[in-house]
Amino acid sequence: MKLWQKNIILLIVAVAICLLPILLLKDAEFAGADGIAETAVLEMNDSYQPWFTPIFEPPSGEIESLLFCVQAAIGAGVIGFIFGRMTRKKDENN
Amino acid sequence: MKMKSGLLGMWLVLIVIFAFTPTANAMHIMEGFLPPAWSIAWGVICVPFVVAAFIFLKKKLTETPKSFVLLALCGAFAFVLSALKIPSFMGSCSHPTGVALGAILFGPFAMALVSLIVLLFQALLLAHGGLTTLGANNFSMGIAGPIVAFAVYKGLRKAKVSLSISVFCAAFLGDLATYIVAALQLALAHPEEGSVMASFIKFLSIFALTQIPLAVCEGLVTVVVFGIIAKYSKKELQALKIL
Repeated sequence: MKLWQKNIILLIVAVAICLLPILLLKDAEFAGADGIAETAVLEMNDSYQPWFTPIFEPPSGEIESLLFCVQAAIGAGVIGFIFGRMTRKKDENN
Repeated sequence: MKMKSGLLGMWLVLIVIFAFTPTANAMHIMEGFLPPAWSIAWGVICVPFVVAAFIFLKKKLTETPKSFVLLALCGAFAFVLSALKIPSFMGSCSHPTGVALGAILFGPFAMALVSLIVLLFQALLLAHGGLTTLGANNFSMGIAGPIVAFAVYKGLRKAKVSLSISVFCAAFLGDLATYIVAALQLALAHPEEGSVMASFIKFLSIFALTQIPLAVCEGLVTVVVFGIIAKYSKKELQALKIL
């Protein structure tokens, strides 16, 4: 099997693993696990007071998702750039 | 040289963008949720690892300047993966760590620095993780996870397991290890009615179970990226003594 064929299969499996929970668990909230842990700490140890709060919090969900896309896009861009360079080098050698 | 400064520039842009990106980092222990004594203890434990990472990377990049491209790739890979909040079978969301690739390529002590930069920005600007929990979070993500990933990779390669399967197991177990350590850190600080074990199991069920399918994903994607590097960048990998 060629590398790209193997990679496509692997990526399809990875995407399927990500999508399955959404399809299977219709009523789930899909909240962050850190928030759940926060609740657990306070349940177990109800006298505990977080002794420090975040210095800055982002203003809205929309801004959050915008910046998220930018982050992922730029990261993917760097990876694409480096991969493009690697594969080009190979062609020149041949 | 031009190439190098170009990549360095891109990496810096990445860091800056990342700094302003609110990321829900499910793995990070929340700001203020470790008592002061534990915050300080984990912070102190991290210091020698971060210093070692700095010295180690400096040496490695002087010896093999071409590996800079791979380091930039590892950084970018960790940033992309940590931007992807993925739903899990537990009905909650978490995200991969992406540090295993760097651990395999640059050894167990390289990622402590990369991870620290990521965590510091998140703590300061994104309200995720926290300054008081920085040491604990860096220990789980930048030290424990990479050490497990590296050990698994080396062990399996010694046992003549194929490259892809070794990389998959390293990334899968490295990712899980990060969350198991995070659960342990919370349990030590917050025992349930005096029992660290009961508390550990509870936090494990929150962090580690959610993480299993995500760790599988991280394993698969790491195999894809590593496969491409192994095919097209063989010389650099040999210079780093990976293959």
